[in-house]
Amino acid sequence: MKKLLSTVACGLVAMSLGQAAFADADDHKLSVDGVAISTDAKPMEGGPLDELISGWRFRSKETQSLQTDDFDNPSFVFVEDGEALFAAVDGSEGKSCSNCHEDVAEFAGLRPTLPRWNEAKGKLYSMEQYINDCRVDRMGADKWKWTGSNMTAMTSLISLQSRGMPISVATDGPVAEAYEQGKEIFYTRVGQLDMACANCHEDNYGAYIRADHLSQGQINGFPTYRLKNAKMNSIHARFKGCMKNIRAEPYKPGSAEFQALELYVASRGNGLSVESPSVRN
Amino acid sequence: MGKPRVKVPKSAAAGDVVTIKTLIKHKMESGQRKDKDGNKIPRKIINFFSATFNGTEVMSVNLHGAVSTNPFIQFDMTVPETGDLAFKWVDDDGTVTETTKTIKVG
Repeated sequence: MKKLLSTVACGLVAMSLGQAAFADADDHKLSVDGVAISTDAKPMEGGPLDELISGWRFRSKETQSLQTDDFDNPSFVFVEDGEALFAAVDGSEGKSCSNCHEDVAEFAGLRPTLPRWNEAKGKLYSMEQYINDCRVDRMGADKWKWTGSNMTAMTSLISLQSRGMPISVATDGPVAEAYEQGKEIFYTRVGQLDMACANCHEDNYGAYIRADHLSQGQINGFPTYRLKNAKMNSIHARFKGCMKNIRAEPYKPGSAEFQALELYVASRGNGLSVESPSVRN
Repeated sequence: MGKPRVKVPKSAAAGDVVTIKTLIKHKMESGQRKDKDGNKIPRKIINFFSATFNGTEVMSVNLHGAVSTNPFIQFDMTVPETGDLAFKWVDDDGTVTETTKTIKVG
């Protein structure tokens, strides 16, 4: 019986691969509280994708509509947590974020450029590291966990300030090495299912898998509220989830590998608008 | 329970039907789950919600299991006059969270 079952399973796999049916992204237009945000962009010259499409366009219209109103968008519960944390004193120096950064709006324009090279530290920096540096060096507080709820509340709040701005990460100069490493990871097959990021998010986007449409794997909407776990999800947590799905051993959130991948994936979406904090399945 | 969020129009014409949206952060622990050691996690949900306009109840809900985390409740109401719309959420542990918004007519 077991053998029969596995034969049937193989048949099903072959059938679905044979069809390779694409359900294209829809052509809905996103506007949040009346402000239009573009959900597609022209790709870079010589880039791997013919078109850049935000993950929003691959979602059902019910999920899409949650993002069109900041009240309906469940992310804003967490953005409000972020606002409280921004004003909260923590650590030995008796300071809060707002002691140095008077208005969180001053971070407008930061999200589209991350991750980027931090000259002083001599390495690639993500938003999480900038936040933790501030916490440790200026506030004398403990680091937050990369994918923890405090961290995602803060990254949601800071990312929101750049909503609507086009992603534009630098890929040359000092980050060129990380960019190449990220590209290598993106195209390298790993895990028991022997799949690379590209197999789904480049070769098969739009197709239906795991009761969901595959997106291009763009990260312009992160941190993103996922209906499946009802919380904000960081970029690295999502990478980790993907790697588990293909039965691979995930890198650690905050590792150099995931940062390199973050840079490469961000660069694939250069030109797409920041949608953070977005809503996805 | 977290801080409630409510969306209420600041003003309306007498007799207008307006849409009210409310959302509160709450884990809504169903009572069906077990922790790592196999012990049942006790139920802790919001079991009652009400909206009261100038002392008259507009609507109320008894909530039971299978309501999602961070419950979102939306309803329409007719605004007869200027007044205060008071919202109330009651937790299983007896905690009551309240907030009030004013709607101006005219």
